[in-house]
Amino acid sequence: MEYLQFLIIIIFAPLINGIIKKLKANMQGRTGPGLLQSYYDLIRLFKKEMVVSSVTSWVFKATPYIVFTSSVVATMIVPVITTNVVFSNMADIIALVYILGLGRFFMAIAGLDAGTAFGGEGSSREMTVAVLVEPMMMLSLFAVAISAGSTNLTKIAGSGSTFYTPSHILALSAFMISMIAETGRIPVDNPDTHLELTMIHEGMLLEYSGRYLALMEWAHYIKQMLLFTIAIDIFFPIGLDGYTDVVGFLISTGSYFIKVLFMAFLMALVESTRAKMRFFQLPSLLGGAFVLAMLSLLSYIMIGK
Amino acid sequence: MNYDIILYVGTVFFLSASILSLSKRLNSLIYLFSIAGSIFFAIYGAYLLFAGALLLPVFHLSSVVDFSFGGDALSGFFVLVIAVLSISVFIYSIGYTASMKNKGLMGLFLNLFILSMYGVILSQNIVTFLILWETMSVLSYFLVTFERDERSAKAGLVYAVMTHIGTAFIILLFMLLYHFSGSMSFSSIKALCRNMPRDLKNLVFIFSIIGFGTKAGIIPFHTWLPRAHPAAPSNISSLMSGVMIKTGIYGLVRVGMDMLGDGPEWWGITVLVIGAISSVLGVMYALMEHDLKRLLAYHSVENIGIILLGIGASMLFKTFGLYNLASVALIAGLYHVLNHAVFKGLLFLGAGSVLHSIHTKDMEKMGGLIKLMPYTGLFFLIGSVSICALPPFNGFVSEWLTYQSLLLGFRIPSITAKIVAPLGGSALALTGALAAACFVKAFGISFLGMPRSRDAEDARESSLPMILGMGILACLCLLLGIFPNNVLEIISPAAFLITGSYVLPSHSGFIFVGDSGLSPGFILSTMIIMTIGTILFIYIIGGKKAIRYGDSWDCGIPSLNPRMQYSATAFTKPIRMIFKRIYLPRREIFVSYIIKPFFVKSIKYRGEITPFFERYLYDPTVDFIHRIAGKIRLLQSGSLHLYLGYILVTLLVLLIFWT
Repeated sequence: MEYLQFLIIIIFAPLINGIIKKLKANMQGRTGPGLLQSYYDLIRLFKKEMVVSSVTSWVFKATPYIVFTSSVVATMIVPVITTNVVFSNMADIIALVYILGLGRFFMAIAGLDAGTAFGGEGSSREMTVAVLVEPMMMLSLFAVAISAGSTNLTKIAGSGSTFYTPSHILALSAFMISMIAETGRIPVDNPDTHLELTMIHEGMLLEYSGRYLALMEWAHYIKQMLLFTIAIDIFFPIGLDGYTDVVGFLISTGSYFIKVLFMAFLMALVESTRAKMRFFQLPSLLGGAFVLAMLSLLSYIMIGK
Repeated sequence: MNYDIILYVGTVFFLSASILSLSKRLNSLIYLFSIAGSIFFAIYGAYLLFAGALLLPVFHLSSVVDFSFGGDALSGFFVLVIAVLSISVFIYSIGYTASMKNKGLMGLFLNLFILSMYGVILSQNIVTFLILWETMSVLSYFLVTFERDERSAKAGLVYAVMTHIGTAFIILLFMLLYHFSGSMSFSSIKALCRNMPRDLKNLVFIFSIIGFGTKAGIIPFHTWLPRAHPAAPSNISSLMSGVMIKTGIYGLVRVGMDMLGDGPEWWGITVLVIGAISSVLGVMYALMEHDLKRLLAYHSVENIGIILLGIGASMLFKTFGLYNLASVALIAGLYHVLNHAVFKGLLFLGAGSVLHSIHTKDMEKMGGLIKLMPYTGLFFLIGSVSICALPPFNGFVSEWLTYQSLLLGFRIPSITAKIVAPLGGSALALTGALAAACFVKAFGISFLGMPRSRDAEDARESSLPMILGMGILACLCLLLGIFPNNVLEIISPAAFLITGSYVLPSHSGFIFVGDSGLSPGFILSTMIIMTIGTILFIYIIGGKKAIRYGDSWDCGIPSLNPRMQYSATAFTKPIRMIFKRIYLPRREIFVSYIIKPFFVKSIKYRGEITPFFERYLYDPTVDFIHRIAGKIRLLQSGSLHLYLGYILVTLLVLLIFWT
């Protein structure tokens, strides 16, 4: 079972996205699409014919595969329902951030490949957001890693004794903000927009259609659920154990899904109650988060917890 | 077997290649000789690494001056780095110099330059080191000014001045060491200088930071890099950026860590802070460059910073006696030395290949090159991914090790180190993100999209030797990434020499620091398997579908032209705005109207960033020197009467005071 736990993320990622959409719609007084709509969309896209710009090169065609497989590899090293990950040696948070970085790099260059202004605009903004988010995310992970004595995710999740300290709460707040930015949600990016001038993530995907688009979207859902999982592993690892029997398995699976649903609810809440920020106001939000991450580290150094 | 002979054979190959260069016809033969020379040096380097220290017989010139060569594991490692890059560059040069006007001269300088670099690394006493160091600087000056236009002459001047300021400090530090130890030879200096007085040690350390740092290109002594590297022919920029600046790192490790032994805490902190500043500012300035080679030159500043983060952490650990951790951190730094030589060498060769084909370094005039120059494009992409430290390529492994060693900084029992080390890690994260943005721009604008100029439309792929030279380096980028264990075997003797400890465990494709392991090979193989799986999955669900080609999305107005693409300036605009306190950008917009304010005839935009260090550090210094020089000119007006007056006054003063 531990060999296949990454499949949970890959299979349920579109569902989680559907749940967020549904929750958001309900909060805004709409009915919203069905929970399984994301699956229908993906299947429809997989069956559709593709239209590719004749300006593009092989980079454009290789990118969906690189983006998709890099997020799949990232899920393989993360403990989902048990810390007995097959690749537990590799479950390194720094490596994880860089594996996701590989996907982002290729998505951004693919945005430039069609030679349109919208694609370039999307990649330029995506990379700018990454510049602001990545140091902050790393710093908040450092604070956690230092207190756990390792950057290995299974070790961090396993050392559940020192949680809910000032440093962890500060790190969690910073990580949540970076998670919102990384998943392209309000107030950083608007996932529902189709107005070319405000798009970030969508802008880079503008030229994609058919199965390539399906892969890119799916990869995005996976990345979203993966970040939820990392947050859960680091900050709420209760119930996550190296289980041995069926009851343990049921408990850890159940608690995992409750926690993911909670994260989804949180995302929907933030999206429904906040307005999208102007792009050049982002530094104040993300800079603030950087200060939180820094405080988290300092408080660990100063008071030792 | 007598290993001296390998060194002599290598040297003879280089010298004969230099002599052959004088006849202009034997272009390929010359470089074959040079390749053979480098192979011999590589064997010698490998011997030094694995068999331990070796000293050649000393060549006496006179009672004061003698030459002595030899080396230990550290020299062996650097010799290998030079050999790896120089072999690829020699192959590349066969094609690159074929159509060059002064190719004889190029061959001569190039061979002697490489030989002098080997010499610097293998020098075993002060005089030998200084003479070869100066030879290396002068030869590289000749190569920077090789194209003999006004720009390269200016760049050469800045380079010559900066490098000699550095050399002055290096001479000073060796004078101090000689003064204390009374010996010219490195081995006896090392034996004696461990118990030097503290203040003297500190002084030597500061001089070595300034002296070797100038060569390495740390901020604020980096100003020569973005001038000299673009001015030089591309095979030379590749060597200068890939290996020459690493001689500065070699000097710093040799003097600061090997000869002086363990220093106080502030040494390590200083190196860490310099590393953090150089890496962040280096990549920030790189981001604003639209000249492909200047961009790469600024990235050298960045990568030297990353190397120094590892070395600084290592110094810190040594101070507190944590030799195991010191070894991990030094391995991280040296691994990045090797990686940077490979990927930066590759990127400069790629830029050279583009320059060779379309005769411009301006990215705003490129675009769509990947279709016309497929190999160069692929190799440049591999170099870009490596320099952004993305898995599974080589840059990732060394940056990961650097992260790990900075996080281990938390085990140091000192509050300053505990705060500085993780902040260094976050500087590294910022650097990584900025580097990714920069290479999305560099690769995306230059190689993708539509050609932005006539020259770019007519681009042609480079000749076979050039492709081969780049291809070797591109393969190395991947191999050094997915086989980290084998690389560690090469680096660990060098780290062991300095720290006396080696603990980084590695087995079956994994390297470990504590509980955290890494295996880029695993990432690569899983990605390949998953790609195959994904393709199968898609065919099962969607079946085989043909791709229809059409125009890019143009909002329904079919008039998309290359000028409407995102430009490099536009790409970096958000970052320029967000970090405006650092860039201090200025822009001017000129609008001319047919009828004001509705009918615009033309809009001109001009924007630039303020080069902070040039404007506020170097310009005032140069002005000051000019002013002083102006004052001194009053004394030396050229009037014979005035000079006679000086003689008279001097004579009188002497007559009055002498008795």
